[in-house]
This record gives sequence, C-alpha cells and structure tokens, in this order.
Amino acid sequence: MLATGTGAVQAGAGANTASPPPSVAKTRLRLINATVSRGGAVLLGTMPFAAVAVAYLSASAQRLAVNANDKLLPAPAQMWSAFFDLATVPDKRSGDLILWADTYASLVRLFAGVGLATLMALLLGIAIGFIPRVRAFLLPFVTVVCVIPPLALLPILFIALGLGETAKITLIAIGVAPVMVRDIANRVMELPPELIAKAQTLGGNSWTMVLRLVLPQIMPRLITCVRLALGPAWLFLIAAEAIASTEGLGYRIFLVRRYLSMDVILPYVVWITLLAVATDWLLARLSHTVSPWAHPESDK
Amino acid sequence: MSRIVVRGLEKSYGDARVLERVSITAEPGEFLSLVGASGCGKSTFLRILLGQERQSGGVVVIGDRPIVPEPTPQRGIVFQRYSVFPHLTALQNLLLVEDFRSGGPFGRVFGARRRSARQEAETMLERVGLGHARDLYPASLSGGMQQRLAIAQTLLGRPQILLLDEPFGALDPGIRVEMHELLTELWNEHGMTVVMVTHDIGEAFKLGTRVLVFDKVRHDPEFPSAYGATITYDLKLDRKSRASARDVAEVAAMVGTTRLDSAIATTAS
Repeated sequence: MLATGTGAVQAGAGANTASPPPSVAKTRLRLINATVSRGGAVLLGTMPFAAVAVAYLSASAQRLAVNANDKLLPAPAQMWSAFFDLATVPDKRSGDLILWADTYASLVRLFAGVGLATLMALLLGIAIGFIPRVRAFLLPFVTVVCVIPPLALLPILFIALGLGETAKITLIAIGVAPVMVRDIANRVMELPPELIAKAQTLGGNSWTMVLRLVLPQIMPRLITCVRLALGPAWLFLIAAEAIASTEGLGYRIFLVRRYLSMDVILPYVVWITLLAVATDWLLARLSHTVSPWAHPESDK
Repeated sequence: MSRIVVRGLEKSYGDARVLERVSITAEPGEFLSLVGASGCGKSTFLRILLGQERQSGGVVVIGDRPIVPEPTPQRGIVFQRYSVFPHLTALQNLLLVEDFRSGGPFGRVFGARRRSARQEAETMLERVGLGHARDLYPASLSGGMQQRLAIAQTLLGRPQILLLDEPFGALDPGIRVEMHELLTELWNEHGMTVVMVTHDIGEAFKLGTRVLVFDKVRHDPEFPSAYGATITYDLKLDRKSRASARDVAEVAAMVGTTRLDSAIATTAS
C-alpha cells in the first residue's frame, strides 16, 4: 500500500514538471490540512517551554537586580543549590535525605491509592458492565458516588481513619475510583454485541468470557483510565499531605511556604511534574506491551 | 443433525411489528438464502435463530426442543463486522475455540489438549488459506481474510447450524467469488444446515438450495409499522441445474433490486 502511495506521488510530481504551473507549489492548504514536519513539530513543541523559561528568567533577573535578597523569583542557581541540598545533605534532625524520603512517601501513597482504585475499577467495572443484575444493583449507587466532591470527604476520612497513611490512601482511592469504575463499565457495555454472541456460540460461559474476551478488550482502556486518573490522584495526594503529614512532596511544599521558600517550592513542582510525566510514559509503554493489537505500527 | 421448525413467529419492538406469521421447516443439510429489502426483518429472523434476540410470539424448534434464548454452540454465526476477536492473532482466534469449549476456570486448555487443539487450528488455517497469516492480528488482515478466519473459527465450534449475516457484504466482487467457492466446499465437507442472509440475489441463488424472500404482505398507509414482514416466496432449487434467469428476475423484482444484470451474472458464475 505504501509502495503504490509513493508511486502515485512520484507520478504526480512527474506530471507537474512536464506541464509547468509553479503556482501548484504555492497552493495554500486549509489550516486543518497543513501538516507539520518532524523538525517543525519539535520546534513548535519547544516554544511554549522556552517562552515560560524566558519570561521567568527575565522577571527573576529584574527583581534580583533591585533586591538581591528577593525570595519570590529565585535565580536558577539558587533553586539548584537548594534542591541539591535536599537531595544530598542529610536532614540535621532526622538524618534523612529529605527529597528522597518525601518522594518515597508520596509515591507509596499515590500508587497504593491508584492501585486500589484500579483494582476496584476492574472488578466493579467489569461486573457492572457485563452482568445485568450487578448493573441494576450498583450502577445507580456508583453514579451518585461519582458526583460527591472527594475533598469534601477528607475531614470525614481524617476523623474516621485518623491522620495516618490509611486516610490519605483512602482519599486517593475514593477520589479516582468512581470515575474509573464508570468508565470501565461503559467500555464493557460498548463491546460489540457481535463479539459477545460469537463467544457464546463457541461455548464461552460468563467467567471464561470475562477472562478471554472482556479483560483483554478493556486492558488498553484501563491503562488510559489510570493515566487520566493520575492527575486527580496527585491533586488528592498533595491536598491530603498539606493538611496532615510529616513527610511527602505536598507536605514539604506547604511547609516551606511559611518561609516563602520559592527556591524549594519551584524545584519541587518541577520534580513532581517529572515524576508524573515519567509515570505516564511508562504506562503508555505498558499498554503497547500488554495490548499490541490495540496499537498498530502507525501510532508507535 | 437437526431440523429447524419455525411456527407463527412474531417479533415487535414496541408498536412496530417487524416479523409476523413466519413459518418454515428446514431439513438438515439445507442451505437457506434469506433475501428481502433493507429493514424487512431478515436479520432479525437470523438473530432470533441465533438466540441473540427473543421472539415476541411463536415457536422455534431446533432438533427436538425449542431454542434457548441465548447463543449456544449448537448454532455458529459469522457476522459481517466484528466477525473475529481483534485482540487475538489468527492462530489464537482458532485456539480460543477449544479454550472456550473446555470451560475451565482459566478459560484455557493445557498440555496434550492444547497441542491437539493447536494441530487442529493449524490444519484449519491451512484449509482456509491463512497459513501464512497465523501470527497476524485481524487488523492487519484484509476483509476477505478476516471472513475466512471467521468461518474457520465458527466451523471449529462444530455447529449443527451455521448462521451467516451478510458475511460477504463488505468484500470486493473477486474476493466474493473465492469466498463462495470456499463456503460451498466447506458446506459439502461438513454437511451442516446453513442459513444465510444476503443482499445479493445472485449470491442467494448461487449458494442456496432454497431461497426465501421476506416482504410485507399487508400495508397500513396510516401506520407503516403496523404490519411486519413474512416469508412471501419459498423457492427450492435443484443443485444440479442452475436457477433459471426467470426465477432470479422474479425474486429480484420482489426485493426491488436495481442490479438485476449483476444478479444473473453472479448466479451464472
């Protein structure tokens, strides 16, 4: 198919050189049809980052020129040294390397919460989507739970579960699970009825169809679902850590806020962003590995 | 092998009646072609036979008992779209049949049983000309190859009755002729009863031993959906002599097809 495509293009090019209307090359395509080359895409994609960096650097330089002790927009060198200290110099009181202790504490909470939510989404989502009785039993409840703002539940969780890890992990799980359950249930309900009928004519029963048809079919969607849920999960994590914690990335940011330590807060935000981007990338790779059929060569 | 007996079948969706007074008896090994205008209910009839939909009235008996209102291995199906499982390669699609049949807690067979299933699947792949495509996912297969795979998969389920819902509707004419040959061969080998819905009159005459036309006999101009379609024409064909052009023309006129020439050409091919 590719070969015939190029052939056609070459034939077209040949025809163009034979009859010389140079205006063809200048034809302006509609905005939606004007594609971007690979180099152009990299350039365009870099520009917003560069714009933010330039804006920050110039604003920071201006403020530091007026007052060398300004804390609001620290210079990159200040931020790097503060971040480097947190990463390498043990804390005087606890002896921990603060950055790594914070990162470890936060990621454990995040992954425990999202992991629980994923498990619930898988179990409840498939049950609701595939079994009409379970759907009638649970779908209205899940739909209502979905619209409760999870942060409004935070005080209840702290009162009921104490200020420890359980409350934070529960907040993350409760925060993202209902949407994931609904999404997976919807996806299961959207499975082509032809496939389900066919599986039954081949002798599938409800359980073997879950294992061999539903589970593999929704796996790419489940991974997408986790990727989307990580955004809100970080929100709930940082909110919970800000209120009651003794370590964690969110806790640190809110702790040093009292001293206007922008030289710690800004690198921490960048660090959190990097962690989130890395997680997202890993999940995207996982989807390619687990469900190669859902990712044809073209979009690799 | 099992007879299909349908008596007084009716199907309505709310006020809209799709099928009414459908009665037919099909002997084992017959090849029924169902034709009719779009939306006349022939696909609904097939889905009732499959067990995917429940009739509003009447009985359907296959063998010696009424059908259960859910799909079972007794009846195999090949759809036009979503005919195979996209998350499995060609070979895995065929292995799945034995896995489903075993019904074990893992939905998978192991050991000697898996080896023999693999053997059978590979033989079947070769039989339908897909030996070279065993490790490809359906998305990389052409429409014709997907339908070959779908038929192979369905036949591995060893159904007594093979249901085909416009199985070749989306294929190019050349590929279609190949598929006709394959299907006829397989039908001769396995001898199951086949019920095929098609839009292509020529295909209906070429493959079928019996052509059934679905149409409405009663019309209410005030309320078009008041009456449903029924079988208006039941033509038994002799396999040895081709259907006459007159028969084809007559059925084509009933169905309202405009492509009569191509229909006669397909029949003759």
